[in-house]
Amino acid sequence: MIQVHKLVKRFGAKTVLRGLDFEVAEGEFVALLGPNGAGKTTFLRILASLSRPTMGVVRLASYHLPGQAAQVRLKLGVLSHQPLLYGDLTGEENLRFYGRMYGVEDLDARIAEVLKLVGLSARRRDVVRTYSRGMQQRLAIGRAVIHDPQVLLLDEPYTGLDQDASEMLDEILRLVAAQGRTVVMTSHDLARAAGLAERFDVLSRGVIAASAERAAIPEGGLLTFYQKALGGEGEGAHVL
Amino acid sequence: MERKPRLLTVLDVLSIVLLAVATWMALFWAPMEALMGNVQRVFYFHVAAGWVGMMGFLLAVIAGIAYLRTGAGKWDIVGLSGVEIGLVFAFINIVTGSIWARPIWNTWWTWDPRLVTATIMFLVYVAYLMLREGIDDPNRRARFGAIYAIVGFVSVPLTFLSIRIFRTIHPTLVGSGDPAALGAFDMTPNMRMVFFFSLFVFTVIGIDLLWHRIRLGWLKDQVEQRKFQLMS
Amino acid sequence: MSSERHTQGSVAKQPSYLRSLAAIVWKDLAAELRSREVFSAMLVFALLVILIFNFALELNARERASVTAGVLWATFTFAGTLGLNRSMAIEKDRGCLDGLLLAPVDRSAIYFGKAIGNLIFMLIVEIVVLPIYSVLYNVNLFVPGLLLVILLGSIGYVAVGTLLASMAVQARTRDILLPILLFPVVIPVVVAAVKASDAFLQGLPLDQISVWLNLLIAYDVIFIAIAYMVFDFVVEE
Repeated sequence: MIQVHKLVKRFGAKTVLRGLDFEVAEGEFVALLGPNGAGKTTFLRILASLSRPTMGVVRLASYHLPGQAAQVRLKLGVLSHQPLLYGDLTGEENLRFYGRMYGVEDLDARIAEVLKLVGLSARRRDVVRTYSRGMQQRLAIGRAVIHDPQVLLLDEPYTGLDQDASEMLDEILRLVAAQGRTVVMTSHDLARAAGLAERFDVLSRGVIAASAERAAIPEGGLLTFYQKALGGEGEGAHVL
Repeated sequence: MERKPRLLTVLDVLSIVLLAVATWMALFWAPMEALMGNVQRVFYFHVAAGWVGMMGFLLAVIAGIAYLRTGAGKWDIVGLSGVEIGLVFAFINIVTGSIWARPIWNTWWTWDPRLVTATIMFLVYVAYLMLREGIDDPNRRARFGAIYAIVGFVSVPLTFLSIRIFRTIHPTLVGSGDPAALGAFDMTPNMRMVFFFSLFVFTVIGIDLLWHRIRLGWLKDQVEQRKFQLMS
Repeated sequence: MSSERHTQGSVAKQPSYLRSLAAIVWKDLAAELRSREVFSAMLVFALLVILIFNFALELNARERASVTAGVLWATFTFAGTLGLNRSMAIEKDRGCLDGLLLAPVDRSAIYFGKAIGNLIFMLIVEIVVLPIYSVLYNVNLFVPGLLLVILLGSIGYVAVGTLLASMAVQARTRDILLPILLFPVVIPVVVAAVKASDAFLQGLPLDQISVWLNLLIAYDVIFIAIAYMVFDFVVEE
């Protein structure tokens, strides 16, 4: 589903991604781990077609980026740590707007379905500005899946969420992922990632430093794996 | 580090020599203009500076388009250099225009369409620098710079046109009634020679300074790259 | 919930250009209808500017007529920047611009959607200011020609303003940068609009005014074309 080969991204003189290789099969759930500033967000933005590679090959759902970005977008759902929601519109209106932007058919029915999925049917007519952070993030997931995308990209989705909200998010992500979608999620939070992902990749110094299937990592051994991949410094990661 | 090219040094010397010659010609050799007296001599450098300023901005537009199409950083350096050099000469143009106006119309400023347009163009490219100043990401800075250079340059002829029509319908109280002329006069053949020579000299100086500035930008880029290589 | 794999991507298809454009305009109008932030800020600012002009110029009734066009357009020019700034800031602040860019729509649809929204706000403010000015200064402003000039002038202003605002909002110096970028470039609009407005208010014959109208139309066409060609480069990283 996703193939990345020798991806390089430079900002002026600064090189953030240095010939990164990455591959995800259809339906796989991959957690992308790494310290702050490693380039996770930059990488995800390139996959999301929001940023162009300086060099290298990126293919998503058999389309090339950035050349065929327009075709890719229909199949992509993106959740970043910003909700990408309009504060002055209601939950329903936000979904309606994005539904229109993605040409979703039977929009009313789809909106109702999505609201039920994220547990916000009761608050649909409330303005998003009044939502808590957790509720905004849940609505954001609704926004991300309203057009039923094949690929989901999640950038630090748990940022700023309390325990309850995080658990709710867990549930929703599990549901959404179970429907056969391909998911790439970046995270600081090893514990959360451990619960959801089938595979763990570590991005360090601009390349994928290590990659392992969940089966290959012993119970509770994720932190060790992560630290080893970084060469002994486990900064920026927490485990409960 | 690369050494300064031989040709550039030659150009430096040439610029200084030519400037000295042009100054002598403008101030002493050219005949005095009958109506305006000696102050008219400013005209030779005034127009030459204006011309080079415009060329600098035109270069910025071309470099801007090239950057947008290719994404190659060198075009951004060329564009920025064009604007900076253009601003220097545009400033000279405006100030000499003011100096020229003073004894003739007894005012430091006349709302002559060309002078006003030149000033507005100056402000556009100052805004260009301020736009660049406010953006940290180098790619974005270059892109936005290119876009604004183009937008600004296209607006200038329209500005000139609007002010020109404005003046034909409402000639101002101060300054010449003819909106097209900032001190119109006939040039004798000798004057024409000094005029074109000044134009040539300023172009040479402009190219010399531009080359220096591009080189400076390029060297700065190299330093940045080495710095990042060392840090990682 | 079922965990079977169901065919994905069958729910959505590429929306038509007009539909996505309409969606963006609708979104801005709906949000503004609810909060009325932009509109009230622009309107209050416009009235304050007129008030300041009143004291700054201190004219008698006869002289006032000759500066009406100028005062109106100065007011619109200044108040306009508030609307432009705010409109783009909304997209920038919650990362919503990314939301727009992620959608499978042509980038130019985003530009036109925002520009049309900005134009509507600006026209509404102008329509409200006109009768207020009329009443304050006992001047009749309901001349059809004037309304035409306001339309053409606002189009030009918003066409360039939306493009420049989308750049300015991404700079550190966001708020002060837009007027600096916009004003030098929008001068042909101001000159032509003031002269044409004044001519209509004085009841001059059309052949004297047509040159200004032509200039406005030319400006509008040229800059809409440039903005269309160049907007992609503003938003694509």
